[in-house]
Amino acid sequence: MKILVVDDEADVQPLFLQRFRKEIRNHEVEFDFALSGEEALDYLEKKHSEVVLILSDINMPGMSGIELLSHIRHEYDMPPPVVMMITAYGDEENHRQAMQNGADDFLTKPLDFNILKEKLKTFVHNG
Amino acid sequence: MYFFPFLAAYLLIRRIQKAFKNTPLYPKWNRLLSASGLAVLALFIVSGLYFNHKVNGFIAGFTLLGILFYANKEDDLKMYKPLLKAHFPLVVAVLLSSVVLIIAPDFYSQWDNYFGFAVFGSFIWIYARWANTKKQQQELKIVADQKDELEIMVTERTAEINRQKEELQDTIKELRATQVQLIQQEKLASLGELTAGIAHEIQNPLNFVNNFSEVSTELLDELKTGPLEKLPEAEKEYATEIIQDLTVNLEKITHHGKRADSIVKAMLQHSRTSTGQKEPTDINALADEYLRLSYHGCRAKDKSFNAQLVTNFDPTTPILKVVPQDIGRVFLNLFNNAFYSVSEKKKELNGSYEPAVEVSTILLNGSLEIRVKDNGTGIPEHIRDKIMQPFFTTKPTGAGTGLGLSLSYDIIVKGHEGKIDIKSNEGEFTEFIICIPV
Repeated sequence: MKILVVDDEADVQPLFLQRFRKEIRNHEVEFDFALSGEEALDYLEKKHSEVVLILSDINMPGMSGIELLSHIRHEYDMPPPVVMMITAYGDEENHRQAMQNGADDFLTKPLDFNILKEKLKTFVHNG
Repeated sequence: MYFFPFLAAYLLIRRIQKAFKNTPLYPKWNRLLSASGLAVLALFIVSGLYFNHKVNGFIAGFTLLGILFYANKEDDLKMYKPLLKAHFPLVVAVLLSSVVLIIAPDFYSQWDNYFGFAVFGSFIWIYARWANTKKQQQELKIVADQKDELEIMVTERTAEINRQKEELQDTIKELRATQVQLIQQEKLASLGELTAGIAHEIQNPLNFVNNFSEVSTELLDELKTGPLEKLPEAEKEYATEIIQDLTVNLEKITHHGKRADSIVKAMLQHSRTSTGQKEPTDINALADEYLRLSYHGCRAKDKSFNAQLVTNFDPTTPILKVVPQDIGRVFLNLFNNAFYSVSEKKKELNGSYEPAVEVSTILLNGSLEIRVKDNGTGIPEHIRDKIMQPFFTTKPTGAGTGLGLSLSYDIIVKGHEGKIDIKSNEGEFTEFIICIPV
């Protein structure tokens, strides 16, 4: 399962790689990273079919996570990738907007990796 | 000829008597006037019957003159002076005619008609004068009435202007209070935004700290169960020791990171902009939260400060529709004041004094009663009705704005149709009682 993580914080990358060390070693998951919404779209352009799940932050300089989400929903509907949005604590407005734009699920900052792993498992089972 | 002075005298007496009727002077003068009226009549009849007309003129003239002199001296008859004066020509005319009649009877009979005219003329003169004076007095009275009327109007206008002035002064005072409250609210609002911004910014790096320390703990576990097992026994102990320390350190990082995280979360919660919307709120929880917030605020300023916190919440307290940020601000003000008061008393007494702040809720007759009580310095009687006024503060300059209680009053009374009462004994306790209708 290939997961694209979109976040402007570069340190997210080693964190994910370390958190999912076992899973990556066992080839259960594979991560790719994009530092902005634009970069994520470029990446999808090339490797669209490979990506199963997109995990995106909302507050990013340039294209926001909500914009990215609406691009994905309009341009890549066959097959639609699962998109999870990461919202800041207590940010109701973004949560509502992400819902409207067709996000599949939400995670709140700070990321609880145990919850994320649980969610990924259910996706693997369902997918 | 002597008939006219008698008539004039009699009429004068009757007129005065009539004028005195229904005045305080009546009892004093009535008998004298009646008597003198009768005397004049009697004198007229007597002189007509027993004296010849030569003497009668003198009797009549001097009778009238006597009455006039007597009346002239009396203060009570002061206002009749113009009338009295009008009688003198008649006296003069009668006396002069009588003198001429005695000294030169021939001359008198020759000019008889003229003397008669003189006497009659001066008799008429009295009433002409009288009517004239009366008219003048009436005019004067009208002028005086108009003056009084104007006077009243001026007084009314002045009163109205004064009232308007006071109203304007009150309005200015209110505006001034509102302005400062707005500034205060603006300051608080921008402070709130600032803390919200800071909290947000701190949250991201803090997440990394927490996440990396957690993942490092996991890596250490992996290290322990994996590669470490392959080390020679001698090295193993040394490495385990280091890994043990590292694990403890990481736990500490995680622990303190979580602590900072909860503070940031609390800041975000409190700085959420006040919507001014009433929403269902658990008053007990709100009071408890702000009691602790206030207490820790005081502890932050003064490390040595300590107080017993007592809470007595009515478990049947219903969920009330209030503006939680506003009621929270009221709680914060009351608790801050309570802690300030007990800390002042502690400084004064030290020794065995145990500061305590108590908050209790109770459901009474359809309204929720919230009591905030401290055993601090109390509020002196003479300032008790001033403490809700804006800008009134007992704290040293710069330490208080004097707006806390005034804002609280507005929030409770104007915003929530409730009321605030104060009970206090100087040097013993202060208790604020808030009632909010359910």
